[in-house]
Amino acid sequence: MTATDAPTSGQISPAPLPRHDPAEVSALSIGCVSHSYGTRRALVDIDFTVAPASFTALLGLNGAGKSTLFSLVTRLFGIQTGRISIFGHDISLAPSEALRLLGVVFQSRTLDLDLSVTQNLLYHAALHGIAKREARLRSDEVLTRIGLADRAGNKVRDLSGGQMRRLEIARALLHRPRLLLLDEATVGLDVKARADILNHVRQLVTEQGIGVLWATHLFDEIMPGDDLVVLHPGRVLAHRQVARIIADTGAHDVNSAFTRLTEAVSETGSPAP
Amino acid sequence: MSSTTVRQDQSGFSLAQYVTCLNGIVWREALRFVHQRERFVSALVRPLVWLFIFAAGFRQVLGISIIPPYETYILYEVYIAPGLMAMIQLFNGMQSSLSMVYDREMGNMRTLLVSPLPRWYLLFCKLVAGTAVSLLQVYAFLLIAWFWDIAPPPIGYLTVLPALILSGLMLGALGMLISSGIKQLENFAGVMNFVIFPMFFASSALYPLWRVQEGSPLLYYVCLFNPFTHAVELIRFALYGQTNWISLAVVSCCTAAFMIGAIYAYDPSRGLIRRGPAGGET
Repeated sequence: MTATDAPTSGQISPAPLPRHDPAEVSALSIGCVSHSYGTRRALVDIDFTVAPASFTALLGLNGAGKSTLFSLVTRLFGIQTGRISIFGHDISLAPSEALRLLGVVFQSRTLDLDLSVTQNLLYHAALHGIAKREARLRSDEVLTRIGLADRAGNKVRDLSGGQMRRLEIARALLHRPRLLLLDEATVGLDVKARADILNHVRQLVTEQGIGVLWATHLFDEIMPGDDLVVLHPGRVLAHRQVARIIADTGAHDVNSAFTRLTEAVSETGSPAP
Repeated sequence: MSSTTVRQDQSGFSLAQYVTCLNGIVWREALRFVHQRERFVSALVRPLVWLFIFAAGFRQVLGISIIPPYETYILYEVYIAPGLMAMIQLFNGMQSSLSMVYDREMGNMRTLLVSPLPRWYLLFCKLVAGTAVSLLQVYAFLLIAWFWDIAPPPIGYLTVLPALILSGLMLGALGMLISSGIKQLENFAGVMNFVIFPMFFASSALYPLWRVQEGSPLLYYVCLFNPFTHAVELIRFALYGQTNWISLAVVSCCTAAFMIGAIYAYDPSRGLIRRGPAGGET
């Protein structure tokens, strides 16, 4: 299914696109964004875009600034310098329009452990102004889709870590966003749960045309066909397709390409060309 | 519904969507309240201890002359009942803000703050939810107090409702404003001691202001400028079908001021920006 197809029954499909032509507008556009905590500069001139219906990996070590960047995109922090827009909607000037197109899975769990699986979804739906009947329909759909329909009435604290993550992804999709941000969504999960979640998110890109920004520090989650943004530390060292970055750095895989890029910064103090 | 029949604001949300959001936040707060039975019990036990033990003990010590809105001599228990109702709301307001600090630490607050509805509205909904919970607690207290011969005129149970809503909003907004400046849950205990107890004791909740003035003119002025005093007096008068206009004005203005302060503090370009990312995140 492409981004412009009508939704089909039984699927959680994205909301209609804004008036802009999707071919012209990036799902996410980050332009010259810098951010400091006091005197410590966490991000410096961050500049990249995420195309609609694409999987973009944001690769960086712990402390690289991935979560700070996510906090800026989700408007938890105010933008100090630069500009962020989602499908052409400036996050500072038109936050409602931008945020309704955005689904987020944060690094730390944001589920209410004392509420049931369904109650968590209904609460999220209410925060997006989705009426209860419609919310229940969507909730049943996503739970069936992620294989948690039989746990709908269970408290969230009774779920496994992998199930919680799947539930968070399902919740992020409940209001049918067109851009999904996931901040280290597989941290702390076993190999199978990680693979399941990653496959599920990649399916969202191919089947529903959702743009995905996947923040990670794990090289094995990145495929050669993905777009890759290398963040280190607080600067974008490279933004190209993975295969091209590997070729340009003369490396044989993502791991060694990352090492070469970051070593170049350590030696020269500035990113490699 | 067709777009022609639904009124939408500038951000494209209809009135029904705003109501849905409000219902959702109040519903969640109610669920949390139901799940935390000990919170309900402790919210009731606190004022009842004051009523059954403190007031009974001080009945003979503290004489209350005839002061408005009372038309005759009253028992001390009757005098402090409105103060205890306001105390329930004060604790509830702080408890709600405590839950906001908890939510922020646990990450749940982010779910609320990334909603596309205007942030001021989300905070307002949170405030309404907290106030609704406090109303349940106050009426449960009034029910028990009725068996203790604290029985205002029947109409008073109705006329006090708007006063309780307004004072609940004021104290909730104050708690929200305070919570915006708290970085960690542990810091909140200190704030409780520096806010709740001074506000409660330096007010007309336990003793009429003319008595305070006799003892300490300075403390009298502190009490007079304490918004909690006016919340107590607003409730006291409303419980007897009357309106204390000065208290109404003070509580209304303080509610607006605290709410504006909280909205300002939770503005992404001001309040949260000064904090670093959540633990473990960069």
